[in-house]
Amino acid sequence: MRGTVPGRSIWLAANAALMAITLWMIFIWVPTEANLGVIQRALYFHVPIAIISLVAVVLVAIGSVTYLVTNRARWDWFAHASAETGVLVGALTLITGSIWARPIWNVWWTWDAKLTTTLILWFIFVGYLMLRAYAPAGGQGARLAAIVGIIGAIDAPIIYFAADLWRTAHPGRIAGPGAEGSMTSEMGWTLLVSMIAIVSAYSYMLVERYRVRRAEAAVEALSRDASLISARGASASRADVLAAGRV
Amino acid sequence: MGVLGPIWAIARKDLLLEFRNRDIVVSLLVFSLLVLVIFNFAVELTPVNRFVVGPGILWVAVAFAGVIGMNRAFIIEKDRDALDGLMLAPVSRDTLFFGKALGSLVFMLIAEAVLFPVFTVLFDVDILRVETAVIAAMATFGFSAAGTAFAAMAVNTRSREIMLPVLFLPVISPLLIAAVEATARVAEGGSWSDAAQWIQLTAVFDIVFFVAAAVLFHFVLED
Repeated sequence: MRGTVPGRSIWLAANAALMAITLWMIFIWVPTEANLGVIQRALYFHVPIAIISLVAVVLVAIGSVTYLVTNRARWDWFAHASAETGVLVGALTLITGSIWARPIWNVWWTWDAKLTTTLILWFIFVGYLMLRAYAPAGGQGARLAAIVGIIGAIDAPIIYFAADLWRTAHPGRIAGPGAEGSMTSEMGWTLLVSMIAIVSAYSYMLVERYRVRRAEAAVEALSRDASLISARGASASRADVLAAGRV
Repeated sequence: MGVLGPIWAIARKDLLLEFRNRDIVVSLLVFSLLVLVIFNFAVELTPVNRFVVGPGILWVAVAFAGVIGMNRAFIIEKDRDALDGLMLAPVSRDTLFFGKALGSLVFMLIAEAVLFPVFTVLFDVDILRVETAVIAAMATFGFSAAGTAFAAMAVNTRSREIMLPVLFLPVISPLLIAAVEATARVAEGGSWSDAAQWIQLTAVFDIVFFVAAAVLFHFVLED
């Protein structure tokens, strides 16, 4: 057994405690912003999540490139885990962004370059996950997914540039960002703590998903070996099967 | 035969097959014309908005039809395992990619050569100009480069008919934006300079995706 379970339990507990502190800071400790009102508190969630969703795109690309170059399964697991958690934080970015936009810009959604890019990248990575589900298992599926991961990252700046240019060509379509508030030091601290809490929670999810992915691969290898052993007609003892599955 | 010989041989095979059964071009054309007609009912066109809305509808028709054409181009290879035969040919994966992309490019251009005049008649937006032809050729080049790579991937999955549009359409969205805007500028009577930044964006997309698709195509067909 890999005996890191206590370490992860401590991490999980620390995450919970940190998140509780963050919630207290966001909803009780930090003063309400004068211009934007209560809704400005959404910023402490939205900004860290939005940054992570961008980082996730880069992580998927790193995992995908390294997988294609080295052909080591662990980089594919990493890219897959990053994509899955990335789609989750991407969805949260879009949702928290909408909650923020409604009172500030008076619309749930606008085709601003950042929003458009986030939405289209989200679709590309949903496509990535669909491809993983529909592609043949094993090396080929992993390679195809890696290609989508790389293309998504290459496409991101082009999408942003195109959406930005397009927005400038159609200025009448946006309600326009509302009043920009200024930050007090309490707000800065709250944002920092929230950033740490959310990055830590995200990293925990990523590691956990990676481990599940690795366990899935081990089970696949185990059942493959088990069927080989039974096909050979040998009397496979439980110890043999377990030994075969230890990768 | 130089470098271009094998590429042309692969494209020629597709063109010859197409010349005999006319599967792809006819389905591309009929489908894209239908999209024009359906959108005509969906959107209220006025003399004022047709220059803005028209090019958008035109390129949606091209993109949707393109998806169908690219899928078809690889499904015929997958049926009866023709793709395996193609991979056994003593040419590099690049050559396969360029050959298939060239075939798709020609199919789409033939369909557009009919679609654009019909669009001009139906929507009363004159796009039969040199500028539009250049824009269309550039955008279609990017479509077929990216589309060929994605179609080769999608054909290896279950439910390949849905996989291609789901992967392809978000990725080409910058190209679609550029093509629509460039066409709209020209249709409004603008010159090269009015459409310049959109043409530049199309060129950037074409170069980036031509290179990326050609490099990544190796991994699609690896066995």
